[in-house]
Amino acid sequence: MATGERTWQRPTIFRTRRVKWAVYAGLLAFFAWSAVGIGFDPSRVLQGIGNTAVLIGDFLPPDATARELDRIIAKMLESVAMAMVATVTGIAVSIPIAFMAAENISPKPLYALNRGFISVSRAFNAIIVAILAVKAVGFGPLAGIITITFKTVGFFSKLLAEDIEDIDMGAVDAVRATGSSPIQTLLYGVVPQIIPRFAGLSVYRWDINIRTSTVIGIVGAGGIGSVLLTAFNRYDYQYVSAILLSIIVVVLFAEGVSAVVRRRYQ
Amino acid sequence: MSAEQPSWQRFDRRRRIGRFLAVLTAGVVVIASWQFMDIGVVDPNTVPREIADLLTRMYPPDIAYTPQIIGPLIETIHIAALGTVGALVLSIPVALLAAENTTPNAATFWLGKLIVTVSRSVNTIIWALIFVVTFGSGPLAGAVAIAFRSVGFLGKLLGEEIEEIDFGQVEAVRATGASSLQLLLYGVLPQVKPALIGLAIYRWDINIRDSTVLGFVGAGGIGVQLFQSVNAFAWQSTAMILLVILGVVVVTEGLSAYTRGLVR
Amino acid sequence: MLHVTNLQKTYDTGDEALRGVTTSVEGSETVAMIGPSGAGKSTFIRCVNRLTEPSGGEIDLDGTELTALDDDDLRAARRDIGMIFQEYNLIERLTVMENVLSGRLGYVSAWQAFRRSFPPADIERAYGILEQVGLDEMADKRVDELSGGQRQRVGIARAVIQEPKILLVDEPTSSLDPETSDTVMRLLTDIAADRSIPVLINIHEVNLALEHADRIVGLHDGELVFEGTPDDLDEAALDRVYRGADIPDTTTDGEGSTETDDQEVPLTTTGSTAGGV
Repeated sequence: MATGERTWQRPTIFRTRRVKWAVYAGLLAFFAWSAVGIGFDPSRVLQGIGNTAVLIGDFLPPDATARELDRIIAKMLESVAMAMVATVTGIAVSIPIAFMAAENISPKPLYALNRGFISVSRAFNAIIVAILAVKAVGFGPLAGIITITFKTVGFFSKLLAEDIEDIDMGAVDAVRATGSSPIQTLLYGVVPQIIPRFAGLSVYRWDINIRTSTVIGIVGAGGIGSVLLTAFNRYDYQYVSAILLSIIVVVLFAEGVSAVVRRRYQ
Repeated sequence: MSAEQPSWQRFDRRRRIGRFLAVLTAGVVVIASWQFMDIGVVDPNTVPREIADLLTRMYPPDIAYTPQIIGPLIETIHIAALGTVGALVLSIPVALLAAENTTPNAATFWLGKLIVTVSRSVNTIIWALIFVVTFGSGPLAGAVAIAFRSVGFLGKLLGEEIEEIDFGQVEAVRATGASSLQLLLYGVLPQVKPALIGLAIYRWDINIRDSTVLGFVGAGGIGVQLFQSVNAFAWQSTAMILLVILGVVVVTEGLSAYTRGLVR
Repeated sequence: MLHVTNLQKTYDTGDEALRGVTTSVEGSETVAMIGPSGAGKSTFIRCVNRLTEPSGGEIDLDGTELTALDDDDLRAARRDIGMIFQEYNLIERLTVMENVLSGRLGYVSAWQAFRRSFPPADIERAYGILEQVGLDEMADKRVDELSGGQRQRVGIARAVIQEPKILLVDEPTSSLDPETSDTVMRLLTDIAADRSIPVLINIHEVNLALEHADRIVGLHDGELVFEGTPDDLDEAALDRVYRGADIPDTTTDGEGSTETDDQEVPLTTTGSTAGGV
């Protein structure tokens, strides 16, 4: 390095500067393509923002007649009830699946099968599951319970299986060494190690399930969602905002409860 | 210490009773919930049979239908990508407002919290219902909905990240005579950059999944095709769409995990 | 160069950290500020460039009254004050070079700063300073890969590249081992001599102060209780500064002294601290 003409450039995590610019250019091109692809056009966006501002005016203040209020309360209770039942059924189904999906205690084919099931459950949005459940068992909360149960299994057994994979196998071997049966080994070697996380996860999932239960009604799977869709279709925006407000309150309440419980028991 | 021994035991017993009560309450609530929904007695055989029936009708997936879903699929990916970028841009100011150590005053702090809360409490599909009204049906409304739901998510987590930065680094930059924008660029940004990129990629991954249903309410993407084929009872086409969605989601998840691993 | 008159600082908690300190730093001298924990040493240094806002008094740096400046002028004034921190306060995820160049932020636009496009003269200067502190091979290493002594040298380089009129140094050695401490102190005095700028160093190790400083200032409980050459610092003077507290020296390491003055409680020997508020 000759003194007097040293230069410096920021080092890059990409292999060379050229790769870096290529990556940036690629990303930019992709986003440009996306923008064209969905018909992004500034005037439409501006118009949309203008319309939204007008709509906010239509939303305020939230308002519902006495009958509408009763309907909100009844359907909201239905949402919460679906979430309650489905959390329990979901966790019940999750437990065996989690054990079968834990690499350290499950045979390979069984492990693969259950991991596959978990992936499928996680891949599909609750609303897709809900629309299929509605076609299978008809409109109403039963479809909702099936939906939420199915979604719970994907989430819960994945995390539980990971916890099981992280346990101290020494303790398990110690129990096994006493000559206990596989079931006994599970009960005394594995279960005590995962119980602490179990409570926190359950409450966390319950919180998510409350959220889910408020929207799947949009495709007919029970709960407040159907009321919301009806209100939208009737252009009754003050009613819509009353419903939205009730959803926000319930969701925040569930989140608060979940946060408090998890802080105390984890 | 020995004097506290009995009270510790009592606490344990109280805790056990508490746990029992919690389980009991949960049990009662679940039974009451079941009663409330008025579903009645469900024959434990019917539900599995109906589901099995549906799955049988889906087999085999209609592979010939694939060309018709490529377009909507790409549109779905576009919606997720643009929605995420929009959310990322919007979430930076929101995070700065919602972080205690960067927000200008109490009012802006609560504004930040309000934006985060409202955005997060309203599901993407509900945001889509709203923006279909104002932006007209189509993928643009979908992208806006995705962005609005993601702003709260990114703003909240990014804000928490900002609250945890080492303020000494910010002070040192301030001591050199840097402007407030430079303070953000040198004092704050390097500290939150890995989280910023990681969270954005993570949210993009979630958004791909969320974008698949936007079509149900007219906000574009593959959901439009899915909704049509379900309503037309075209189960084999439905199965094909579901398979494609599954493939895309699995690929995105892998890609997301891989790229997040690269950022340090 | 730097004239501080009757500097006062009372924190929101009611702690009177500085109770009217008057002193000055001139030429290219190295001034060590000693005193027990909680004496107000850090507060004093932080008040000079107003990282902590003083409650009263005047700070005159080369003819500019710092306490009266608005935000823009204060930023300009800060460019002339190099500051070195106890915990280095480097931007951990950036490289050595980026950290050093951050000392020039006051002279470039935000866009240039973002693009890291600093003027060639700054880059040249940065290499020169890195050579002086012995880190020229490390320019593109990330700071979080460096040792404590290396980090402190990056901190020094960042302050020096500002071409400041004065260096303020806050406990530069309390996170370092004795040998590295000595190197860092020598580096600071060398820089002062080389660039003909004064250096004001907060230091709790009296031995280091005696060895390296041209002049020593002693603070006790927010008041100036000693000012003189190292030779003047006799037992009686030390007793006035420390008044019953253990006198820290280089042989005992900096354990337990990594907090800044702000967080520390005033010493118990002077029970009247809270009474005056």
